[in-house]
Amino acid sequence: MLGIIIGVASVIAMLAIGAGSKQSIHEEIGQMGSNMIMIQPGNGRFGGVRQSASSMQTLKMTDYESLVRETNYLSKITPSVTSSGQAIKGSNNSPTTIYGVNEQYIDIRGYSVGRGSMFTNQDIRKAAKVCIVGQTVVDNLFPAGEDPLGKTIRFGKIPLKIVGILEAKGYNSMGMDQDDMILAPYTTVQKRILAITYLQGITAAALSEEYTDQAIEEITEILQRNHGIKIGQENDFNVRSQQEMMETMSSVMDMMTILLGCIAGISLVVGGIGIMNIMYVSVTERTREIGLRMSIGAMGRHILMQFLIEAVIISITGGLIGVLAGVGASGLIKLIAGWPVSIQAYSIVLSFVVCTVTGIFFGWYPAKKASELNPIDAIRYE
Amino acid sequence: MNEIIKVEDLKRDFVVGEETVHALRDLSFTIAEGEFVTIMGTSGSGKSTLLNILGCLDIPTGGEYYLDGVPVRKMGKNDRALLRNRKIGFVFQSYNLLPKTTALENVELPLLYNKTVNAAQRKEKSQKALESVGLADRVNHRSNQMSGGQQQRVAIARALVNDPVIILADEATGNLDTRTSFEILTLFQDFHAQGRTILFVTHNHEIARYGSRNIVLRDGRVIEDTRNKNIASAKDTLASLPAEEEE
Repeated sequence: MLGIIIGVASVIAMLAIGAGSKQSIHEEIGQMGSNMIMIQPGNGRFGGVRQSASSMQTLKMTDYESLVRETNYLSKITPSVTSSGQAIKGSNNSPTTIYGVNEQYIDIRGYSVGRGSMFTNQDIRKAAKVCIVGQTVVDNLFPAGEDPLGKTIRFGKIPLKIVGILEAKGYNSMGMDQDDMILAPYTTVQKRILAITYLQGITAAALSEEYTDQAIEEITEILQRNHGIKIGQENDFNVRSQQEMMETMSSVMDMMTILLGCIAGISLVVGGIGIMNIMYVSVTERTREIGLRMSIGAMGRHILMQFLIEAVIISITGGLIGVLAGVGASGLIKLIAGWPVSIQAYSIVLSFVVCTVTGIFFGWYPAKKASELNPIDAIRYE
Repeated sequence: MNEIIKVEDLKRDFVVGEETVHALRDLSFTIAEGEFVTIMGTSGSGKSTLLNILGCLDIPTGGEYYLDGVPVRKMGKNDRALLRNRKIGFVFQSYNLLPKTTALENVELPLLYNKTVNAAQRKEKSQKALESVGLADRVNHRSNQMSGGQQQRVAIARALVNDPVIILADEATGNLDTRTSFEILTLFQDFHAQGRTILFVTHNHEIARYGSRNIVLRDGRVIEDTRNKNIASAKDTLASLPAEEEE
C-alpha cells in the first residue's frame, strides 16, 4: 500500500514537473514570437567545396522584395544582417551584437520600444546612423544613469544616435540575454558596418501560428523560383520556424518526462509486488476461512473474486492517497524549489487506471491460489 | 422413508510416498431421512475421511455415493460446491466462524452463495435460524464476543439456514465442557425430533446414547451398526435450558 502511494504520488509529481517545464518553455518561445519564420542561406558549394552557411551570399534584397510582394501568409517581414563588435560611449564599452533590420522586426520578435521611438522607413532609405539599444547595452554604456536617449554611441567606428530604448525582456530559456543588442536600419549595417549587399537572413512572421506551415511552403516556392533551383536539387537556403524549435524543445522535454515517469512507474510496480505480498499473507492467514467458505458452498470463482476485490480496494485506496500526496508534493515543489509545475488531469486518471490494473494483476495470482485450495486441507489448516 | 445417504462399496485410497493407505475399504450403508446417526471410531479408523466424502469435500477412489439420490462421484467441482450449499449443513469442532463478524453475518454466509435468495429473505432466514438455536438476543454480537457454546450455536444456525437435507457434525462438542456439550446435544436432539437427519462424528462413546443409530468404524470398515431403541434425553441429562423453537 505504501508502495502504491509512493508510486502514484511520484508519477503525478514527475509528470507535473515535466509538463510544467514544457509549458514554461512554450511560453518563453511564444514570447519570442511563436509564428516567427527564419530564412537563412543554406549550405552551398563553391567549386565543389562546401561552404558554411553564414558565408553564403545567396540571399539577396531581391528575394526579400519578391517575398514582400508575393506572399499571402506573412504579416511582417524584415531583412536581417548582424555584426558583432564593441559598442563604445566615452570611456565605457561593451561587446554586443548589432542587428540590421527594418521597423517590423520588433513586432516579429515580440520586443517593444520603451522610450523614444522606432527608426522609420525614412531612416532605412537614407541608411541613417540611428539605433535602438537594449537595456543591457544601456547599463554598460551609461553606468552613471544619465539619459541615453539622443546620445550618440559608436559601434566600431560608426557613430549611431540612440533614438529609442527597448523594453527589458530578460534572459530566455536558453540563457541568452535578450537585452544585449542594438537594432539599426539594415541598410546602415549593410553599407556602413559590413559593406555587403547580400542579406544574412530574412525574418518573417506568419499571419498566425496555424499558418506557419503554409507560409514556409510559400517562401520555399518563391525562393526556389528566384534561385532557379530545380526539383530534386538541394536548396541553397533554409526556412525554419520557431514552431520547429518549439517542437524540438518539446520532444526533449517529453523524453525527460517519459524518463521521470518511467522511474516513477517502476516504484508503482514495486508497490504492486507489495500488494501481491500482502495478498499472499492474507490468503495464508485466512486459509481456514477459505476452507469454511468452500465447505458451505463457495465456488472457486467466489473466492477468486473476494480476494481480487480486496486487492483492488487496497490498491485504489493507496492510489487515492497517492493522488493527494502527489498533488501535495507538486505544490510543495513549486513552493520550495520554484519549479514550474502543472498537474495533469490525465496523469491522475492514468495512475488510477494503473492502480486498478496493478491490483488485479498482482492480486490475481494469490487470489487464484486461494481459489484452488483444497477445502479439506484449508479447513483443517493450522 | 427416503434414503438421504447411500454409499456402495466406498473406497478411498491415499498415496503416501510409495505406500498406498486404504482409509476406507468397501464401505456400504444407507441413512434414511430422520435418523440421528453417530459415527464412532478411534483415530485412523477413517471417520474423518468418510465425513469429507459425505460432505462432498472429497471424492471416493471407488464405489458410489448418493446424496439425496444424486450420485456424487463423477460430479465437477462447482456442482459439488452447489450441492454443499443447498443440501449439507456443516458443524465443525472449532466452530470456524469468521472473526470480527456478527452472528447474523456468519449465519448469512451460506445464503450469500445462493443467488435465489435475496437480501431481505437472507436476513429473515438467518434471524429465524438464530432464534431456533436460542440466540435471538445475540444477533449482533461479534464472534469473538461470544462463549464457545454460543459460537457453536451460531455455527449450527449457519448449518441450518439453507435448510439442508443432512447436518454433518464433526466432533461438534469436542471443544466444549460437559454442560455446554449437553446443551448442544439437546439442540441436535430437538432438530432430530423435528425430523432432521443428523450425522454426528465423534469419538465420545457417551454420545451414542443420544442418537438413534450408531456406526462404529475400524480400519476403514464398519464393524458395528446398531439401532438405539433407548434414546437417552440430553435435556433430562442436563435438566435445564428449555429451547423453544418453531420452524
